[in-house]
Amino acid sequence: MQLAKKNNIAGTLALASISLITQNTYASEPVASDDDWNIDTAVMYYGEQDRVQAVEAISNVQMAFGDTSLLDIKVVFDGLTGASASGAVAQDQAQTFTRPSGNGEYVVRAGATPLDDTFHDTRVQLSANWSETLSTQWKVNAGLYGSKEFDYMSLGGNAGIEHGFNKDNTTFALSGSYTFDTIDPISGRPVPLSQMALRADYDTEAAFQEAFNQTRHTASDDKQTADILFSVTQVLNTHWIFQANYGLSSVSGYLSDPYKILSQVDSNGTTQSYRYEHRPDSRLKHSFYVMTKGALDSGVVDFSYRYTTDDWDLSSHTLETHYRYYFGGHFYAQIHLRYYQQHAAHFYQPFLLASELLPEYASADYRIGDMSTYTFGLKFGQDLSDGHELSYRLEYYQQNPENNGTELIGQLQHHDLFPAVKAIIAQFSYSF
Amino acid sequence: MNYQLTATQWGYKGIFSAMASPCELLIASDDPKTANAIMIQAVAEATRIEQKYSRFITGNPVWEMNHARGHLVAIDNETAHLLAFAAQCYQLSDGLFDISAGPLMTLWRFDGCGNIPSQDEIDKARVRVDFSRVHFTDTELTLPKWMSLDFGGIGKEYAVDRVAHQLATQWPQISILVNFGGDICCPIAKSSDMSAWQIGIENPNALDNAAAVLQIRHGALATSGDTRRFIEKDGLRFGHIIDPRSGYPVANAPRSVTVLGPNCVTAGMLATMAMLQGQNAESFLEEQELNFKVFR
Repeated sequence: MQLAKKNNIAGTLALASISLITQNTYASEPVASDDDWNIDTAVMYYGEQDRVQAVEAISNVQMAFGDTSLLDIKVVFDGLTGASASGAVAQDQAQTFTRPSGNGEYVVRAGATPLDDTFHDTRVQLSANWSETLSTQWKVNAGLYGSKEFDYMSLGGNAGIEHGFNKDNTTFALSGSYTFDTIDPISGRPVPLSQMALRADYDTEAAFQEAFNQTRHTASDDKQTADILFSVTQVLNTHWIFQANYGLSSVSGYLSDPYKILSQVDSNGTTQSYRYEHRPDSRLKHSFYVMTKGALDSGVVDFSYRYTTDDWDLSSHTLETHYRYYFGGHFYAQIHLRYYQQHAAHFYQPFLLASELLPEYASADYRIGDMSTYTFGLKFGQDLSDGHELSYRLEYYQQNPENNGTELIGQLQHHDLFPAVKAIIAQFSYSF
Repeated sequence: MNYQLTATQWGYKGIFSAMASPCELLIASDDPKTANAIMIQAVAEATRIEQKYSRFITGNPVWEMNHARGHLVAIDNETAHLLAFAAQCYQLSDGLFDISAGPLMTLWRFDGCGNIPSQDEIDKARVRVDFSRVHFTDTELTLPKWMSLDFGGIGKEYAVDRVAHQLATQWPQISILVNFGGDICCPIAKSSDMSAWQIGIENPNALDNAAAVLQIRHGALATSGDTRRFIEKDGLRFGHIIDPRSGYPVANAPRSVTVLGPNCVTAGMLATMAMLQGQNAESFLEEQELNFKVFR
């Protein structure tokens, strides 16, 4: 009797507990949650000291349709002003350049890095991405992209597939994209490595215009990019995740920058003329990326490394980390550190020598030269009680271009041909 | 509302503090809005139960019962359910589990002084302990003068189950693990293509080190033990599990008992009853055909 009764304790308790737990006490009022919409908005400012200033407004709308479908629409407006390095070298004398339009000139004072200040643009960018969960193991996505600015238009599409297995601890993803860009620079594209026509060398405006037109192709040109990305994500344990990516990118078409030039100098380092740059018309890029991300007791941390290499011989290493710490409640702070090092493209040279034959390809754009950059950023975020989030980001970004081993001759030795570019990035975001 | 939410690779982890315990929710959802809504609801419900059933809060229903001096007290439906469940536990344990045992508990203060009460004190307290003398219906209760009730031995498990039940009703698609100070419930099974929730069981002999790791997809577990509270006197360790019939701590009680069950109150009561069996804790649990872990 005693035994029979004792054997029943677990069962009797389980039965009694059901009415206890499922009783209808007045519950705390249910929290309304409209999971279906998520809107992120942000305003970002990017300012280089004495150079480019950009303001960007970003709006991202995410709409869920049931549990399996997600539509993401993003609109970005950019406004750009300021000046960027043209590629010409600083000189002991003031230098006069013809504007890219052929209409007018600008003068750069002695000793200063030549900046092209005809740099105003607004860009609008629109993208939409649909992702669909087919089963617990399979996910697909597809998207369209378009952007338009004054002299440039870009249209693209992308598609991807994701497969999770090993109890979803491992995910393979494969995606591809294709972009078609049309480049229509003001007054046409420069004829590669042609010499900049300068008004002072001509007696009449008509003679100058004719010479200028000789340096221009008037038809627009295009650029095609095909990308493929393969990615593996592995859950390591309850706190850490690891990701590895391989990306292959093939670009062909007009890859030069129509606004970049090179100085052609004599043996004293004195500029004789300016020539428009010329880059190869194809580029094959590989990128390798590894990342690990961990959930800490009161924060999240990630570390990543990226290596890229291409058939322009341009290669780069990137080390990056984010550390986010949650203070009690809804407030977090995040530190961002990034270090980037780049090895110059084979046709990069800071200037041309008048005594030598012109190479097939040449560019003095410091952005494809030897360079290291670093970023230090802080971000603060606040989760508001209704699921909204406010965040502020402030970053310092410095580019340190370096000589790729070119011997500096004559007066060039007195000038800083590789000035650092310092920039501040500020962003304010609101999600609701 | 004070809680902390952290994004993880499997979803969100939310923590807050209630009932003198660290409380944790593991949420298998990537959506921050949902996770926040879940946390808000969990904190609200846990706080509500704590406010209502803590014996340290003046003016709440427990305080009213304990200060009625033998008079009739109106009780609500929820309190009636809790009392009915406590009565079941009292009967099933042959009087070992008794929510009126407060006066005896307070004699054995686990304050580290190493003082043990005298037989005289114990005898006086025992007179005030006897759940069979508590009379209640669905709407009212009469508690003899000098007696008092304490829902502390059941409140935390009850809060876990209530929170888990509410969340499961409102978000039936999302697996959530509710863990209030080691009492755990996961009402919505974690889907088989995701890894199970991992739960570390504390080793009482090496606090804060998980001695065993359990994988749980669905169900509950609760732990009863003297891992942090005991009196040591003349080389004898007196645990915090008191036998209300003798007035003394249960002899040869395990250091801790962890039991798996369909919900947290069931698991918790079984763990406490096993502790009260002292030497026979394991055989009691085996008789009940339970999954358990006992540390001695």
